[in-house]
Amino acid sequence: MDSKKTEKIAFFILFLATLLIILPVGLIVCIIIQKGFPAMTWQFLTDIPRQGMRAGGIFPAIIGTIYIVFGAILFALPIGLGAAIYLSEYTKEHFLNRLIKLSIVNLAGVPSVVYGLFGLAFFVIFFKFGASILSGSLTLGIMILPIIITASREALESVPTSFREVSYSLGASKWQTIRHIVLGNAIPGILTGTILGVGRAAGETAPILFTVAAFYLPQFPKSIFDQAMALPYHLYVISTQVPNVDEKIRYGTALVLLILVFFMNLVAIVIRYQFRKKKKW
Amino acid sequence: MQKFKEFIIEKLILISGLASIFFVILIFLFLLKEGLALLEFITPGQFLFGKNWYPISEPAQLEILPLILGSLLVTFGAAVISIPIGVGCAIFIAEVSPPSIKEILKAGIELLAAIPSVVLGFIGMVTLVPWVKNIFHIPTGLTALSGSIMLAFMAMPTIVSIAEDALYSVPKSYKEGALALGATKWQAIYRVLLPAASSGIFAAVMLGLGRVIGETMAVMMITGNAAVIPTSILQPVRTLTATIAAEMGEAVVGSEHYFALFAIGIVLFVVSFMINVTADLFLHRKKI
Repeated sequence: MDSKKTEKIAFFILFLATLLIILPVGLIVCIIIQKGFPAMTWQFLTDIPRQGMRAGGIFPAIIGTIYIVFGAILFALPIGLGAAIYLSEYTKEHFLNRLIKLSIVNLAGVPSVVYGLFGLAFFVIFFKFGASILSGSLTLGIMILPIIITASREALESVPTSFREVSYSLGASKWQTIRHIVLGNAIPGILTGTILGVGRAAGETAPILFTVAAFYLPQFPKSIFDQAMALPYHLYVISTQVPNVDEKIRYGTALVLLILVFFMNLVAIVIRYQFRKKKKW
Repeated sequence: MQKFKEFIIEKLILISGLASIFFVILIFLFLLKEGLALLEFITPGQFLFGKNWYPISEPAQLEILPLILGSLLVTFGAAVISIPIGVGCAIFIAEVSPPSIKEILKAGIELLAAIPSVVLGFIGMVTLVPWVKNIFHIPTGLTALSGSIMLAFMAMPTIVSIAEDALYSVPKSYKEGALALGATKWQAIYRVLLPAASSGIFAAVMLGLGRVIGETMAVMMITGNAAVIPTSILQPVRTLTATIAAEMGEAVVGSEHYFALFAIGIVLFVVSFMINVTADLFLHRKKI
Protein backbone atom coordinates (compact mmCIF):
# COMPACT_ATOMS: atom_id res chain seq x y z
CA MET A 1 0.00 0.00 0.00
CA ASP A 2 1.39 3.42 -0.76
CA SER A 3 2.30 5.54 2.19
CA LYS A 4 -0.10 8.41 1.46
CA LYS A 5 -3.03 6.05 1.62
CA THR A 6 -1.78 4.49 4.86
CA GLU A 7 -1.52 7.96 6.32
CA LYS A 8 -5.11 8.78 5.39
CA ILE A 9 -6.40 5.58 6.98
CA ALA A 10 -4.30 6.08 10.11
CA PHE A 11 -5.49 9.66 10.59
CA PHE A 12 -9.07 8.58 10.07
CA ILE A 13 -8.71 5.94 12.80
CA LEU A 14 -7.20 8.53 15.15
CA PHE A 15 -10.13 10.82 14.37
CA LEU A 16 -12.57 8.01 15.20
CA ALA A 17 -10.81 7.41 18.54
CA THR A 18 -11.25 11.09 19.37
CA LEU A 19 -14.92 10.98 18.42
CA LEU A 20 -15.40 7.93 20.65
CA ILE A 21 -14.42 10.07 23.64
CA ILE A 22 -15.96 13.41 22.73
CA LEU A 23 -19.37 12.20 21.51
CA PRO A 24 -20.31 10.26 24.68
CA VAL A 25 -19.27 13.26 26.79
CA GLY A 26 -21.61 15.47 24.79
CA LEU A 27 -24.31 12.82 24.99
CA ILE A 28 -24.00 12.45 28.78
CA VAL A 29 -24.22 16.19 29.33
CA CYS A 30 -27.17 16.52 26.94
CA ILE A 31 -29.14 13.67 28.53
CA ILE A 32 -28.69 15.08 32.02
CA ILE A 33 -29.64 18.60 30.96
CA GLN A 34 -32.64 17.44 28.94
CA LYS A 35 -34.09 15.12 31.58
CA GLY A 36 -33.01 17.12 34.61
CA PHE A 37 -34.21 20.49 33.42
CA PRO A 38 -37.95 19.86 34.08
CA ALA A 39 -37.10 19.26 37.75
CA MET A 40 -35.45 22.66 38.10
CA THR A 41 -38.10 24.50 40.05
CA TRP A 42 -37.64 26.96 42.86
CA GLN A 43 -39.25 24.44 45.18
CA PHE A 44 -36.81 21.68 44.18
CA LEU A 45 -33.85 23.89 45.00
CA THR A 46 -35.15 25.33 48.26
CA ASP A 47 -37.30 22.63 49.86
CA ILE A 48 -36.29 19.75 52.11
CA PRO A 49 -36.69 16.16 50.77
CA ARG A 50 -40.16 14.78 51.55
CA GLN A 51 -41.94 11.40 51.48
CA GLY A 52 -38.77 9.36 52.01
CA MET A 53 -36.84 11.45 49.46
CA ARG A 54 -39.39 10.69 46.73
CA ALA A 55 -40.62 14.26 46.62
CA GLY A 56 -39.68 17.72 47.77
CA GLY A 57 -36.30 19.30 47.16
CA ILE A 58 -32.62 18.97 47.80
CA PHE A 59 -31.85 22.13 49.74
CA PRO A 60 -30.21 20.45 52.77
CA ALA A 61 -27.89 18.51 50.44
CA ILE A 62 -26.85 21.71 48.65
CA ILE A 63 -26.20 23.50 51.94
CA GLY A 64 -24.32 20.49 53.33
CA THR A 65 -22.06 20.31 50.30
CA ILE A 66 -21.32 24.05 50.54
CA TYR A 67 -20.39 23.75 54.24
CA ILE A 68 -18.18 20.70 53.70
CA VAL A 69 -16.37 22.18 50.70
CA PHE A 70 -15.89 25.54 52.41
CA GLY A 71 -14.33 23.77 55.39
CA ALA A 72 -12.06 21.74 53.12
CA ILE A 73 -10.75 24.88 51.41
CA LEU A 74 -10.28 26.67 54.73
CA PHE A 75 -8.00 23.83 55.78
CA ALA A 76 -6.25 23.07 52.48
CA LEU A 77 -5.58 26.56 51.11
CA PRO A 78 -3.13 27.83 53.78
CA ILE A 79 -1.21 24.54 53.89
CA GLY A 80 -1.25 24.14 50.13
CA LEU A 81 -0.12 27.71 49.54
CA GLY A 82 2.62 27.35 52.17
CA ALA A 83 3.83 24.14 50.56
CA ALA A 84 3.84 25.79 47.13
CA ILE A 85 5.85 28.75 48.45
CA TYR A 86 8.29 26.36 50.09
CA LEU A 87 8.75 24.35 46.90
CA SER A 88 9.14 27.32 44.59
CA GLU A 89 10.99 29.84 46.80
CA TYR A 90 12.81 28.06 49.60
CA THR A 91 14.01 24.54 48.84
CA LYS A 92 17.67 24.18 48.18
CA GLU A 93 18.01 20.52 49.07
CA HIS A 94 17.38 18.48 46.01
CA PHE A 95 16.54 15.33 47.93
CA LEU A 96 13.90 16.90 50.19
CA ASN A 97 12.33 18.67 47.23
CA ARG A 98 12.10 15.37 45.35
CA LEU A 99 10.63 13.63 48.39
CA ILE A 100 7.93 16.28 48.80
CA LYS A 101 7.04 16.12 45.13
CA LEU A 102 6.81 12.33 45.30
CA SER A 103 4.49 12.61 48.32
CA ILE A 104 2.28 15.03 46.41
CA VAL A 105 2.10 12.62 43.47
CA ASN A 106 1.12 9.86 45.86
CA LEU A 107 -1.48 11.92 47.68
CA ALA A 108 -3.00 12.65 44.29
CA GLY A 109 -3.06 8.94 43.50
CA VAL A 110 -4.48 7.51 46.72
CA PRO A 111 -7.93 6.06 45.91
CA SER A 112 -10.72 8.27 47.18
CA VAL A 113 -12.25 5.48 49.25
CA VAL A 114 -8.93 5.05 51.07
CA TYR A 115 -9.21 8.72 52.08
CA GLY A 116 -12.59 7.76 53.47
CA LEU A 117 -11.03 4.96 55.52
CA PHE A 118 -8.30 7.27 56.77
CA GLY A 119 -10.80 9.97 57.70
CA LEU A 120 -12.84 7.39 59.60
CA ALA A 121 -9.87 5.99 61.53
CA PHE A 122 -8.13 9.31 62.16
CA PHE A 123 -10.71 12.09 62.48
CA VAL A 124 -13.91 10.23 63.34
CA ILE A 125 -12.53 7.64 65.76
CA PHE A 126 -9.01 8.64 66.89
CA PHE A 127 -9.80 12.34 67.38
CA LYS A 128 -13.40 11.52 68.35
CA PHE A 129 -14.85 14.17 66.03
CA GLY A 130 -17.54 11.64 65.11
CA ALA A 131 -19.22 11.66 61.73
CA SER A 132 -19.30 15.43 61.31
CA ILE A 133 -18.71 18.31 58.93
CA LEU A 134 -15.33 18.78 60.62
CA SER A 135 -14.18 15.21 59.86
CA GLY A 136 -15.48 15.35 56.29
CA SER A 137 -13.93 18.74 55.57
CA LEU A 138 -10.51 17.71 56.90
CA THR A 139 -10.59 14.46 54.90
CA LEU A 140 -11.55 16.25 51.69
CA GLY A 141 -9.02 18.98 52.50
CA ILE A 142 -6.14 16.52 52.51
CA MET A 143 -7.47 15.01 49.31
CA ILE A 144 -7.48 18.31 47.36
CA LEU A 145 -4.11 19.43 48.74
CA PRO A 146 -2.18 18.11 45.69
CA ILE A 147 -4.40 20.09 43.29
CA ILE A 148 -3.86 23.34 45.20
CA ILE A 149 -0.11 22.81 45.67
CA THR A 150 0.54 21.93 42.03
CA ALA A 151 -1.42 24.85 40.60
CA SER A 152 -0.03 27.37 43.10
CA ARG A 153 3.53 26.22 42.56
CA GLU A 154 3.21 26.64 38.81
CA ALA A 155 1.81 30.13 39.34
CA LEU A 156 4.62 31.12 41.71
CA GLU A 157 7.32 29.69 39.47
CA SER A 158 5.99 31.56 36.45
CA VAL A 159 6.77 34.90 38.12
CA PRO A 160 10.08 35.99 36.51
CA THR A 161 13.24 35.91 38.63
CA SER A 162 13.98 39.51 37.64
CA PHE A 163 10.94 40.67 39.67
CA ARG A 164 12.48 39.14 42.78
CA GLU A 165 15.92 40.55 42.04
CA VAL A 166 14.58 44.07 41.66
CA SER A 167 12.78 43.72 44.99
CA TYR A 168 15.93 42.47 46.75
CA SER A 169 17.99 45.25 45.23
CA LEU A 170 15.61 47.77 46.78
CA GLY A 171 16.38 46.31 50.18
CA ALA A 172 13.31 44.11 50.67
CA SER A 173 13.75 40.91 52.67
CA LYS A 174 12.93 37.49 51.27
CA TRP A 175 9.49 37.33 52.88
CA GLN A 176 8.64 40.91 51.89
CA THR A 177 9.53 40.01 48.32
CA ILE A 178 7.37 36.90 48.38
CA ARG A 179 4.47 38.64 50.07
CA HIS A 180 4.36 41.81 47.97
CA ILE A 181 5.93 40.85 44.65
CA VAL A 182 5.62 37.12 44.02
CA LEU A 183 2.23 36.40 45.60
CA GLY A 184 0.62 39.46 44.03
CA ASN A 185 1.58 38.30 40.58
CA ALA A 186 0.64 34.68 41.21
CA ILE A 187 -2.85 35.22 42.62
CA PRO A 188 -4.80 34.30 39.45
CA GLY A 189 -2.97 30.97 39.21
CA ILE A 190 -3.51 30.23 42.89
CA LEU A 191 -7.18 31.11 42.52
CA THR A 192 -7.52 28.78 39.55
CA GLY A 193 -6.06 25.89 41.55
CA THR A 194 -8.27 26.61 44.52
CA ILE A 195 -11.43 26.70 42.43
CA LEU A 196 -10.51 23.43 40.70
CA GLY A 197 -10.02 21.99 44.18
CA VAL A 198 -13.49 23.19 45.16
CA GLY A 199 -14.97 21.54 42.07
CA ARG A 200 -13.27 18.28 42.86
CA ALA A 201 -14.27 18.33 46.52
CA ALA A 202 -17.90 19.11 45.67
CA GLY A 203 -18.21 16.03 43.47
CA GLU A 204 -16.45 13.43 45.59
CA THR A 205 -18.53 10.83 47.36
CA ALA A 206 -16.29 8.08 48.70
CA PRO A 207 -14.30 10.24 51.16
CA ILE A 208 -17.46 11.60 52.80
CA LEU A 209 -19.33 8.28 52.98
CA PHE A 210 -18.15 7.41 56.49
CA THR A 211 -16.93 10.79 57.68
CA VAL A 212 -19.92 13.13 57.36
CA ALA A 213 -22.65 12.15 54.92
CA ALA A 214 -26.10 11.60 56.36
CA PHE A 215 -28.54 9.32 54.57
CA TYR A 216 -31.53 11.51 55.33
CA LEU A 217 -31.45 14.59 57.53
CA PRO A 218 -34.16 17.12 56.75
CA GLN A 219 -32.65 19.96 58.75
CA PHE A 220 -29.61 22.17 58.57
CA PRO A 221 -26.39 21.48 60.45
CA LYS A 222 -26.02 23.75 63.46
CA SER A 223 -22.36 23.25 64.20
CA ILE A 224 -19.27 21.71 62.63
CA PHE A 225 -19.82 18.64 64.79
CA ASP A 226 -23.13 17.82 63.08
CA GLN A 227 -23.64 15.39 60.26
CA ALA A 228 -24.89 16.83 57.00
CA MET A 229 -26.43 15.66 53.75
CA ALA A 230 -24.30 16.14 50.65
CA LEU A 231 -25.28 16.32 46.99
CA PRO A 232 -23.13 13.51 45.57
CA TYR A 233 -24.08 11.12 48.36
CA HIS A 234 -27.73 12.11 48.00
CA LEU A 235 -27.57 11.24 44.29
CA TYR A 236 -26.06 7.86 45.19
CA VAL A 237 -28.75 7.22 47.78
CA ILE A 238 -31.74 8.10 45.61
CA SER A 239 -30.41 6.18 42.62
CA THR A 240 -29.45 2.94 44.39
CA GLN A 241 -30.79 2.78 47.95
CA VAL A 242 -34.32 4.14 47.70
CA PRO A 243 -36.72 2.36 45.34
CA ASN A 244 -39.31 4.14 43.20
CA VAL A 245 -37.80 7.59 43.21
CA ASP A 246 -39.18 9.68 40.37
CA GLU A 247 -36.69 9.78 37.51
CA LYS A 248 -37.08 13.55 37.37
CA ILE A 249 -35.69 13.95 40.89
CA ARG A 250 -32.67 11.77 40.14
CA TYR A 251 -31.81 13.62 36.94
CA GLY A 252 -32.52 16.93 38.63
CA THR A 253 -30.06 16.13 41.43
CA ALA A 254 -27.44 15.00 38.90
CA LEU A 255 -27.96 18.23 36.96
CA VAL A 256 -27.54 20.45 40.02
CA LEU A 257 -24.31 18.63 40.92
CA LEU A 258 -23.06 18.86 37.35
CA ILE A 259 -23.87 22.58 37.12
CA LEU A 260 -22.05 23.22 40.41
CA VAL A 261 -18.92 21.39 39.26
CA PHE A 262 -18.91 22.80 35.72
CA PHE A 263 -19.48 26.31 37.00
CA MET A 264 -16.38 26.01 39.18
CA ASN A 265 -14.33 24.75 36.24
CA LEU A 266 -15.67 27.49 33.98
CA VAL A 267 -14.70 30.19 36.47
CA ALA A 268 -11.21 28.66 36.72
CA ILE A 269 -10.85 28.59 32.92
CA VAL A 270 -12.02 32.21 32.58
CA ILE A 271 -9.57 33.42 35.23
CA ARG A 272 -6.73 31.54 33.54
CA TYR A 273 -7.67 32.98 30.17
CA GLN A 274 -7.91 36.56 31.44
CA PHE A 275 -4.60 36.18 33.21
CA ARG A 276 -2.80 34.91 30.12
CA LYS A 277 -4.15 37.83 28.13
CA LYS A 278 -3.01 40.39 30.67
CA LYS A 279 0.37 38.86 31.43
CA LYS A 280 3.03 41.45 30.83
CA TRP A 281 6.09 39.26 30.75
CA MET B 1 11.06 42.21 65.55
CA GLN B 2 10.87 42.08 61.76
CA LYS B 3 13.56 39.37 61.78
CA PHE B 4 11.64 37.36 64.36
CA LYS B 5 8.39 37.60 62.39
CA GLU B 6 10.15 36.39 59.26
CA PHE B 7 11.71 33.53 61.20
CA ILE B 8 8.26 32.36 62.34
CA ILE B 9 6.77 32.70 58.86
CA GLU B 10 9.60 30.76 57.27
CA LYS B 11 9.18 27.96 59.79
CA LEU B 12 5.44 27.85 59.05
CA ILE B 13 6.19 27.60 55.34
CA LEU B 14 8.66 24.79 55.99
CA ILE B 15 6.03 22.93 58.01
CA SER B 16 3.47 23.31 55.19
CA GLY B 17 6.10 22.03 52.78
CA LEU B 18 6.63 18.95 54.85
CA ALA B 19 2.88 18.43 55.40
CA SER B 20 2.47 16.31 52.26
CA ILE B 21 5.10 13.84 53.42
CA PHE B 22 3.50 13.84 56.86
CA PHE B 23 0.02 13.12 55.48
CA VAL B 24 1.18 10.26 53.26
CA ILE B 25 2.89 8.63 56.23
CA LEU B 26 -0.08 9.33 58.49
CA ILE B 27 -2.52 7.73 56.05
CA PHE B 28 -0.35 4.64 55.75
CA LEU B 29 0.18 4.37 59.53
CA PHE B 30 -3.52 4.57 60.31
CA LEU B 31 -4.37 2.00 57.65
CA LEU B 32 -1.73 -0.27 59.17
CA LYS B 33 -2.93 0.40 62.72
CA GLU B 34 -6.47 -0.74 61.92
CA GLY B 35 -5.70 -3.25 59.17
CA LEU B 36 -2.95 -5.27 60.82
CA ALA B 37 -5.28 -6.14 63.69
CA LEU B 38 -6.80 -8.63 61.27
CA LEU B 39 -3.69 -10.81 61.62
CA GLU B 40 -5.09 -12.08 64.92
CA PHE B 41 -7.83 -13.79 62.98
CA ILE B 42 -6.34 -14.82 59.66
CA THR B 43 -2.95 -15.24 57.97
CA PRO B 44 -1.95 -12.84 55.17
CA GLY B 45 -1.79 -15.74 52.68
CA GLN B 46 -5.30 -16.87 53.50
CA PHE B 47 -6.60 -13.28 53.44
CA LEU B 48 -5.16 -12.58 49.98
CA PHE B 49 -5.66 -15.97 48.30
CA GLY B 50 -8.67 -17.55 50.00
CA LYS B 51 -11.82 -17.79 47.91
CA ASN B 52 -14.60 -16.93 50.33
CA TRP B 53 -15.80 -13.45 51.22
CA TYR B 54 -18.70 -13.92 53.62
CA PRO B 55 -18.22 -11.09 56.12
CA ILE B 56 -21.49 -11.50 58.00
CA SER B 57 -21.68 -15.28 58.26
CA GLU B 58 -20.75 -16.91 61.57
CA PRO B 59 -17.78 -17.29 61.75
CA ALA B 60 -16.97 -14.56 59.23
CA GLN B 61 -14.94 -15.60 56.21
CA LEU B 62 -12.73 -12.77 55.09
CA GLU B 63 -10.75 -13.86 52.06
CA ILE B 64 -10.41 -11.37 49.27
CA LEU B 65 -9.33 -13.31 46.18
CA PRO B 66 -12.75 -12.82 44.50
CA LEU B 67 -12.50 -9.08 45.14
CA ILE B 68 -8.94 -8.88 43.80
CA LEU B 69 -9.97 -10.80 40.67
CA GLY B 70 -13.02 -8.57 40.32
CA SER B 71 -10.84 -5.46 40.41
CA LEU B 72 -8.31 -6.99 38.00
CA LEU B 73 -10.99 -8.08 35.53
CA VAL B 74 -12.68 -4.67 35.47
CA THR B 75 -9.31 -2.91 35.23
CA PHE B 76 -8.14 -5.19 32.44
CA GLY B 77 -11.32 -4.53 30.48
CA ALA B 78 -10.97 -0.79 31.00
CA ALA B 79 -7.32 -0.94 29.89
CA VAL B 80 -8.18 -2.78 26.65
CA ILE B 81 -10.74 -0.09 25.81
CA SER B 82 -9.04 3.05 27.08
CA ILE B 83 -5.40 2.59 26.04
CA PRO B 84 -5.85 2.47 22.25
CA ILE B 85 -8.61 5.08 22.22
CA GLY B 86 -6.85 7.36 24.71
CA VAL B 87 -3.46 7.23 23.03
CA GLY B 88 -5.11 7.59 19.60
CA CYS B 89 -6.98 10.66 20.79
CA ALA B 90 -3.79 12.12 22.27
CA ILE B 91 -1.96 11.70 18.94
CA PHE B 92 -4.89 13.26 17.10
CA ILE B 93 -5.02 16.28 19.40
CA ALA B 94 -1.24 16.76 19.51
CA GLU B 95 -0.34 16.17 15.86
CA VAL B 96 -3.28 15.88 13.50
CA SER B 97 -6.13 18.17 14.45
CA PRO B 98 -6.17 21.73 13.11
CA PRO B 99 -5.42 24.31 15.84
CA SER B 100 -8.97 25.67 15.79
CA ILE B 101 -10.52 22.33 16.81
CA LYS B 102 -7.71 21.48 19.18
CA GLU B 103 -8.89 23.79 21.96
CA ILE B 104 -12.47 22.54 21.69
CA LEU B 105 -11.32 18.92 21.93
CA LYS B 106 -9.15 19.71 24.93
CA ALA B 107 -12.07 21.46 26.62
CA GLY B 108 -14.21 18.37 25.96
CA ILE B 109 -11.61 16.16 27.64
CA GLU B 110 -11.42 18.54 30.61
CA LEU B 111 -15.20 18.45 30.83
CA LEU B 112 -15.12 14.65 31.08
CA ALA B 113 -12.47 14.84 33.80
CA ALA B 114 -14.66 17.22 35.78
CA ILE B 115 -17.81 15.05 35.84
CA PRO B 116 -18.11 13.56 39.35
CA SER B 117 -17.86 9.78 39.43
CA VAL B 118 -21.24 9.42 41.10
CA VAL B 119 -22.85 11.23 38.13
CA LEU B 120 -21.08 8.93 35.68
CA GLY B 121 -22.23 5.97 37.77
CA PHE B 122 -25.80 7.22 37.65
CA ILE B 123 -25.68 7.76 33.88
CA GLY B 124 -24.12 4.31 33.48
CA MET B 125 -26.99 2.80 35.47
CA VAL B 126 -29.73 4.37 33.38
CA THR B 127 -28.14 4.05 29.92
CA LEU B 128 -25.21 1.65 29.68
CA VAL B 129 -26.57 -1.10 31.95
CA PRO B 130 -29.84 -1.62 29.99
CA TRP B 131 -27.89 -1.57 26.70
CA VAL B 132 -25.49 -4.26 27.87
CA LYS B 133 -28.42 -6.32 29.11
CA ASN B 134 -30.28 -6.11 25.79
CA ILE B 135 -27.31 -6.54 23.48
CA PHE B 136 -26.02 -9.70 25.17
CA HIS B 137 -29.42 -11.05 26.27
CA ILE B 138 -28.32 -11.58 29.84
CA PRO B 139 -30.47 -11.42 32.98
CA THR B 140 -28.75 -8.32 34.32
CA GLY B 141 -26.69 -5.56 32.77
CA LEU B 142 -24.84 -4.96 36.02
CA THR B 143 -21.67 -6.68 34.84
CA ALA B 144 -17.90 -6.40 34.77
CA LEU B 145 -18.23 -5.26 31.15
CA SER B 146 -20.42 -2.28 32.07
CA GLY B 147 -17.92 -1.36 34.75
CA SER B 148 -15.02 -1.65 32.31
CA ILE B 149 -16.67 0.62 29.75
CA MET B 150 -17.53 3.27 32.33
CA LEU B 151 -14.07 3.09 33.91
CA ALA B 152 -12.41 3.36 30.51
CA PHE B 153 -14.09 6.75 30.22
CA MET B 154 -12.80 7.81 33.58
CA ALA B 155 -9.24 6.79 32.67
CA MET B 156 -9.25 8.57 29.32
CA PRO B 157 -8.83 12.19 30.47
CA THR B 158 -5.71 11.19 32.42
CA ILE B 159 -4.28 9.13 29.56
CA VAL B 160 -5.06 11.73 26.90
CA SER B 161 -3.72 14.77 28.73
CA ILE B 162 -0.47 13.18 29.96
CA ALA B 163 0.22 11.36 26.67
CA GLU B 164 -0.44 14.60 24.79
CA ASP B 165 2.07 16.42 27.01
CA ALA B 166 4.61 13.68 26.33
CA LEU B 167 4.12 13.98 22.55
CA TYR B 168 4.28 17.75 22.77
CA SER B 169 7.57 17.73 24.65
CA VAL B 170 9.40 15.75 21.96
CA PRO B 171 11.77 18.28 20.30
CA LYS B 172 10.34 19.66 17.05
CA SER B 173 13.63 18.89 15.29
CA TYR B 174 12.98 15.12 15.53
CA LYS B 175 9.83 15.37 13.47
CA GLU B 176 11.29 17.91 11.07
CA GLY B 177 14.28 15.63 10.51
CA ALA B 178 12.00 12.73 9.61
CA LEU B 179 9.86 14.89 7.32
CA ALA B 180 12.99 16.25 5.61
CA LEU B 181 14.06 12.69 4.82
CA GLY B 182 10.83 12.22 2.90
CA ALA B 183 8.70 10.47 5.53
CA THR B 184 4.97 11.16 5.48
CA LYS B 185 3.48 12.82 8.55
CA TRP B 186 2.10 9.48 9.75
CA GLN B 187 5.47 7.77 9.31
CA ALA B 188 7.11 10.54 11.30
CA ILE B 189 4.53 10.11 14.08
CA TYR B 190 4.67 6.32 14.08
CA ARG B 191 8.42 5.82 13.70
CA VAL B 192 9.88 8.88 15.40
CA LEU B 193 7.44 10.68 17.70
CA LEU B 194 5.85 7.66 19.37
CA PRO B 195 9.14 5.94 20.29
CA ALA B 196 10.57 9.26 21.53
CA ALA B 197 7.51 9.86 23.71
CA SER B 198 7.12 6.23 24.79
CA SER B 199 8.15 6.66 28.43
CA GLY B 200 5.70 9.53 28.90
CA ILE B 201 2.93 7.56 27.20
CA PHE B 202 3.68 4.59 29.43
CA ALA B 203 3.41 6.86 32.48
CA ALA B 204 0.10 8.18 31.13
CA VAL B 205 -1.27 4.65 30.84
CA MET B 206 -0.06 3.76 34.35
CA LEU B 207 -1.69 6.83 35.89
CA GLY B 208 -4.90 6.17 33.97
CA LEU B 209 -5.02 2.62 35.27
CA GLY B 210 -4.21 3.88 38.77
CA ARG B 211 -7.33 5.98 38.54
CA VAL B 212 -9.32 2.91 37.41
CA ILE B 213 -8.21 0.66 40.27
CA GLY B 214 -9.02 3.34 42.83
CA GLU B 215 -12.36 4.36 41.37
CA THR B 216 -15.21 3.61 43.72
CA MET B 217 -18.65 5.08 43.24
CA ALA B 218 -19.26 4.42 39.56
CA VAL B 219 -17.99 0.87 39.94
CA MET B 220 -20.14 0.20 42.96
CA MET B 221 -23.23 1.43 41.11
CA ILE B 222 -22.85 -0.60 37.91
CA THR B 223 -20.85 -3.80 38.43
CA GLY B 224 -23.51 -5.69 40.39
CA ASN B 225 -21.40 -6.34 43.50
CA ALA B 226 -21.36 -10.13 43.61
CA ALA B 227 -18.38 -11.33 45.63
CA VAL B 228 -17.73 -14.47 43.63
CA ILE B 229 -14.75 -15.44 41.50
CA PRO B 230 -15.64 -14.14 38.01
CA THR B 231 -15.59 -16.59 35.10
CA SER B 232 -16.86 -14.23 32.40
CA ILE B 233 -16.87 -10.52 31.71
CA LEU B 234 -20.67 -10.67 31.44
CA GLN B 235 -21.02 -11.52 35.12
CA PRO B 236 -21.55 -9.27 38.09
CA VAL B 237 -18.30 -8.72 40.02
CA ARG B 238 -17.31 -6.88 43.15
CA THR B 239 -14.17 -4.78 43.33
CA LEU B 240 -11.91 -3.99 46.30
CA THR B 241 -12.99 -0.34 46.40
CA ALA B 242 -16.70 -1.07 46.15
CA THR B 243 -16.44 -3.57 49.00
CA ILE B 244 -15.04 -0.95 51.33
CA ALA B 245 -17.57 1.68 50.31
CA ALA B 246 -20.56 -0.67 50.50
CA GLU B 247 -19.73 -2.47 53.73
CA MET B 248 -17.98 0.01 56.00
CA GLY B 249 -21.29 1.56 56.95
CA GLU B 250 -22.47 -1.74 58.44
CA ALA B 251 -19.21 -3.03 59.91
CA VAL B 252 -18.98 -2.70 63.68
CA VAL B 253 -15.96 -0.64 64.71
CA GLY B 254 -13.32 -3.03 66.11
CA SER B 255 -14.82 -6.17 64.55
CA GLU B 256 -12.99 -8.60 62.25
CA HIS B 257 -14.99 -7.24 59.34
CA TYR B 258 -13.91 -3.67 60.15
CA PHE B 259 -10.25 -4.70 60.32
CA ALA B 260 -10.57 -6.64 57.05
CA LEU B 261 -11.92 -3.56 55.24
CA PHE B 262 -8.89 -1.59 56.44
CA ALA B 263 -6.64 -4.43 55.30
CA ILE B 264 -8.20 -4.04 51.84
CA GLY B 265 -7.37 -0.35 52.17
CA ILE B 266 -3.71 -1.28 52.76
CA VAL B 267 -3.73 -3.39 49.58
CA LEU B 268 -5.19 -0.48 47.60
CA PHE B 269 -2.76 2.02 49.11
CA VAL B 270 0.27 -0.16 48.32
CA VAL B 271 -0.89 -0.83 44.76
CA SER B 272 -1.57 2.85 44.04
CA PHE B 273 1.74 3.79 45.68
CA MET B 274 3.65 1.43 43.39
CA ILE B 275 1.79 2.62 40.31
CA ASN B 276 2.45 6.28 41.10
CA VAL B 277 6.12 5.82 41.91
CA THR B 278 6.67 3.83 38.70
CA ALA B 279 4.78 6.39 36.62
CA ASP B 280 6.79 9.19 38.24
CA LEU B 281 10.08 7.45 37.41
CA PHE B 282 9.04 7.16 33.77
CA LEU B 283 7.85 10.77 33.63
CA HIS B 284 11.15 12.10 34.96
CA ARG B 285 13.37 9.75 33.03
CA LYS B 286 16.22 11.67 31.43
CA LYS B 287 15.32 12.62 27.88
CA ILE B 288 17.63 11.07 25.31
